Amino acid sequence: MERNEGETMNVDIVVIGGGASGLAAALSAKDETNSVIVLEREHVLGGILNQCIHNGFGLHVFREELTGPEYASRFIEKFHAENIDYKLDTTVLSINKPDDCFIVEAYNNEDGALTIHAKAVILSSGCYERTRGQIKLPGARVAGIMPAGSAQRYLNIDGYLAGKDVFILGSGDIGLIMARRMTLEGAKVHGVAELMPYSNGLTRNIVQCLHDFDIPLYLSHTVTDIKGTKRLEEITIQEVDENYQPIAGTEKKFSVDTLLLSVGLVPDTMVFESMDLTLSPITKGAIVDHTYQSNIPGIFACGNALHVHDLVDWVTIESEKAGASAKRYVAGEIKEERNNLTIEPREGIRYTVPQSIDMNNFKEPVTVMFRVTNKYDVGTFTVKQGDTIIQQKKARFIAPAEMESLMIKPEQLIDQTTPITIELEVK
Amino acid sequence: MSVKSMICIVCPVGCHVSIDDNHTVTGNRCKRGETYAIKEVTNPTRMITSTVKIKSNLTTRLSVKTSEPIAKTLIFEVMDALNSVEMQAPVSTDDVVIKNVLDTGIDILATRTILE
Repeated sequence: MERNEGETMNVDIVVIGGGASGLAAALSAKDETNSVIVLEREHVLGGILNQCIHNGFGLHVFREELTGPEYASRFIEKFHAENIDYKLDTTVLSINKPDDCFIVEAYNNEDGALTIHAKAVILSSGCYERTRGQIKLPGARVAGIMPAGSAQRYLNIDGYLAGKDVFILGSGDIGLIMARRMTLEGAKVHGVAELMPYSNGLTRNIVQCLHDFDIPLYLSHTVTDIKGTKRLEEITIQEVDENYQPIAGTEKKFSVDTLLLSVGLVPDTMVFESMDLTLSPITKGAIVDHTYQSNIPGIFACGNALHVHDLVDWVTIESEKAGASAKRYVAGEIKEERNNLTIEPREGIRYTVPQSIDMNNFKEPVTVMFRVTNKYDVGTFTVKQGDTIIQQKKARFIAPAEMESLMIKPEQLIDQTTPITIELEVK
Repeated sequence: MSVKSMICIVCPVGCHVSIDDNHTVTGNRCKRGETYAIKEVTNPTRMITSTVKIKSNLTTRLSVKTSEPIAKTLIFEVMDALNSVEMQAPVSTDDVVIKNVLDTGIDILATRTILE
């Protein structure tokens, strides 16, 4: 790595974010011939895994059950062993590509303003939680209402219990995990309300976090009123109809001091605001081809910054692929001219990642991750080109909360131009 | 004969399994599901993960876990035991935080390395 006048650095690959995704991407991007730097905004590597102290991580990658910090440390140790460059407490301010090289502007207290020139950028900055404003929660604007992940950080990193009488809106995994966690630490969790007729969390979390502690789950319910003067004092929940509208007469009131929101995560792509990065309206992350390259040549995306995952194992596997692609890109091994064959979600499928296969660089089988739109016991995923079925896969206990995947091989395609479609058939 | 339905939580697949009075298990996709179902009706256990206080320059909490699943009935007693512990950095992953907690033969282990 070269340093010019102590403030401008030249590297091959900049990795934005040093959590599960960035660590895996950097490890697979680095070789003897290139230079890689990871920029991390927190004081430690590991990202959100550090506050996810519960176990259940690593069953697919390590064939054992680890806690979040243990999973992170496996990668942090490898990362240090490889001597990959990194900067902590560093915030990326902007990314631009005025000519053939990226200019990453960043800041930290030690270096001050930093300018990094890079050939490729890997976006692995994770996701953020949807807040009260984003779901238009009605009622008083009082203290004690916060995203579940914030309460998780206060408790597991800082050592503060956010409240004593808790209600949780949304049955996403963080909400379920926090229901158990706050119960263990002495809070009374009065219930979890979920707008949908099914939970958005993993089944095992419903069992381990709610059933184990007799915490009621109110499906097809939402919070319709919030009362309090300074601190939250009372919430009202109501059942909703099929159009998600509250049904009169179904009001239930709970005296609580804390309302945790577990109402969805959104990929964090804000550092690319200055560039014309094409985002998917569904995933809110970049649209990528099978090399995880976005519409902007040299920008690769992976992990929760690309689409929100339910298991960190899939983040790792995906980010390793994105890192390997970035390495090939800077080595000139990915053909610049692209010929994208789209993968289109059809009946029963919400989205796919990647959204296309670049036929000019398609040699190895490609794993397509996707989510379904509804919950079914059994179904068949059918991959087609036009009317021709190129692959079918049966699945059981299909749910929007659980990511599905299938593999498309080069030899399966009937031609290079007919878009690939994936649909779900249920009996 | 009574049949108890449950969701296996050994892995994220979450098989819907049933177990009858003779401990005949159905609906499991692997052997671990059978073991789990029998255990759930005889001696249910859970891994406990939590934090303890730590004196460190970097943080105030050290994440910990039970070395193996512990009887479900002991969960809150273990939580009380964790409240009485204060560690001092440096601590490494897998260091013993409490040896033989509540005479169960199970240890409380650190799950994070905090060097300073």
